[in-house]
Amino acid sequence: MEPIIPILEFKNTCVSYTKQTMAVKYVSAAIERNTITAIMGPSGCGKSTLLRAANLMHELYPNIRVDGEILLNGENILSMEPIDVRRRIGMVFQRPAPFPTMSIYDNVLSGYTLNGIRLAKAEKDATVERCLRSVALWDEVKDVLNKKGTFLSGGQQQRLCIARALAMKPDVLLMDEPTSALDPIATAHIEELMQELQREVTILIVTHNMGQARRISSKSMFMYLGELVEYGDTATMFSNPTDERTRAYLTGKMG
Amino acid sequence: MNDKLYRFLLTAAALAIPIVCGGVVYALVTDAYAAFEHFGFLKFLTSSEWSYTEGAEQYGALPFITGTLMTTALALLFCIPFSLPVALFVGEYFKGTKVASVLATVTDLLAGIPSIIYGLWGFYTLRPLIMALNISPQGSGVLTASLVLAIMIVPYAASLSAEFIKMVPNDLKEGAYSLGATRAEVIRRVVFPVAGSGIFSSYILAIGRALGETMTVTMLIGNTNNIPESITSTGNSMASIIANQFGEADGLRLSSLIAIGLVLFLITAIINLIGKVMIKRARIV
Repeated sequence: MEPIIPILEFKNTCVSYTKQTMAVKYVSAAIERNTITAIMGPSGCGKSTLLRAANLMHELYPNIRVDGEILLNGENILSMEPIDVRRRIGMVFQRPAPFPTMSIYDNVLSGYTLNGIRLAKAEKDATVERCLRSVALWDEVKDVLNKKGTFLSGGQQQRLCIARALAMKPDVLLMDEPTSALDPIATAHIEELMQELQREVTILIVTHNMGQARRISSKSMFMYLGELVEYGDTATMFSNPTDERTRAYLTGKMG
Repeated sequence: MNDKLYRFLLTAAALAIPIVCGGVVYALVTDAYAAFEHFGFLKFLTSSEWSYTEGAEQYGALPFITGTLMTTALALLFCIPFSLPVALFVGEYFKGTKVASVLATVTDLLAGIPSIIYGLWGFYTLRPLIMALNISPQGSGVLTASLVLAIMIVPYAASLSAEFIKMVPNDLKEGAYSLGATRAEVIRRVVFPVAGSGIFSSYILAIGRALGETMTVTMLIGNTNNIPESITSTGNSMASIIANQFGEADGLRLSSLIAIGLVLFLITAIINLIGKVMIKRARIV
């Protein structure tokens, strides 16, 4: 049997902000296709830093160094063009930030306009409807598509940002604490949505909410001080963590 | 010091400014009144006669209004290709680096150079160059004044624009990058639209500066009392005609000069007000 190539794989990935301090230390982990993988850990453990490495966000900041390998379908993204990588690996940020000068419609299509890709009107309409439907926002906004995205509620804005990322048909969707700025109802909406989305896209989510990780993910990583301490099935990790540090974190003794 | 006395002095000092300002406006209006009464307000603004033959005095502000608008518009046009890159360099491309702060400081230094120095440089360096290039035979004129004026307003436009460009939230820029946008696209589609009204307002304030600039324009515009036929022609701006003639003027002519001053004051005040209002709006976004 041929070995299955993981959709995303970290191999000895290191991220350093300065020469002395490493924020992420030799992380190796293979992400399974069409799953939700949660990255947990206390603040400052490097979980967001690892996530941001996966769509080359660190290349925007010249003093940040990423070493090792990050493979997308077996290909090392660290030697690819950031622009190509980012089209295939989408990202949703902590705070919902739709483009304030664009309408809801244009926000969904912003990935295309930003890349200078022109679409026919029918194709645009179809993309907008498809993406807004897949984030369950279509029924709420279909009559106000020309309004600015910033008029929406926080939860709606975040769903719009997910739609914006999905429009590019990415292989992987990175989510950096996507619900931490949202109320419980909006959070529940997004979690439900992610369950749906994993059929079409592989999701890697950073969360400091253990309940959330437990509810939505099938795989979990626990990071501590830049190291990947434990990685495995979420259910197993919560019921029977192998590392003492994971146990301490999950039982609330460390946070 | 007694608390009451302290408050009285503070209020008095604070009130002095609006009182002085009101006094200036009052003096301008009373002294300009004779000209407006003699020629009629609209006629004064639209007439291009400026002759002080005794008994047949004719004064109209149109050549100077035109001169001011031309120099200001041209200065703005020449200023944009320099101030916008500086603003982008400082506020986006090299934000927070040493190079950026050096460039920002040097640009700000331009604002501190006395206008007489710009005038001298324009007169002894730029004017001969314009003549050597056969752009105009006399060297001085609207174009020469505008070029120097452009350099003078660069720091005003650039440093304020840079502030607005810096204020564009990182969330938005990263959001755009995460979709695969290039830096140029991020600037064009995110930074400019978001900082747009702020950048616009900084240019409005730069226009406010250019409208009233006197010394440099007086030294370079050629000082002829006609409507400039082209951008290389000589002319006079509202500020430069006053600077040229106030010393020898009296009676109706003095009143006409003051009337021009009043009009200039009003235009500048309106422009600055628009700029200030726009800046306030831009900060909320």
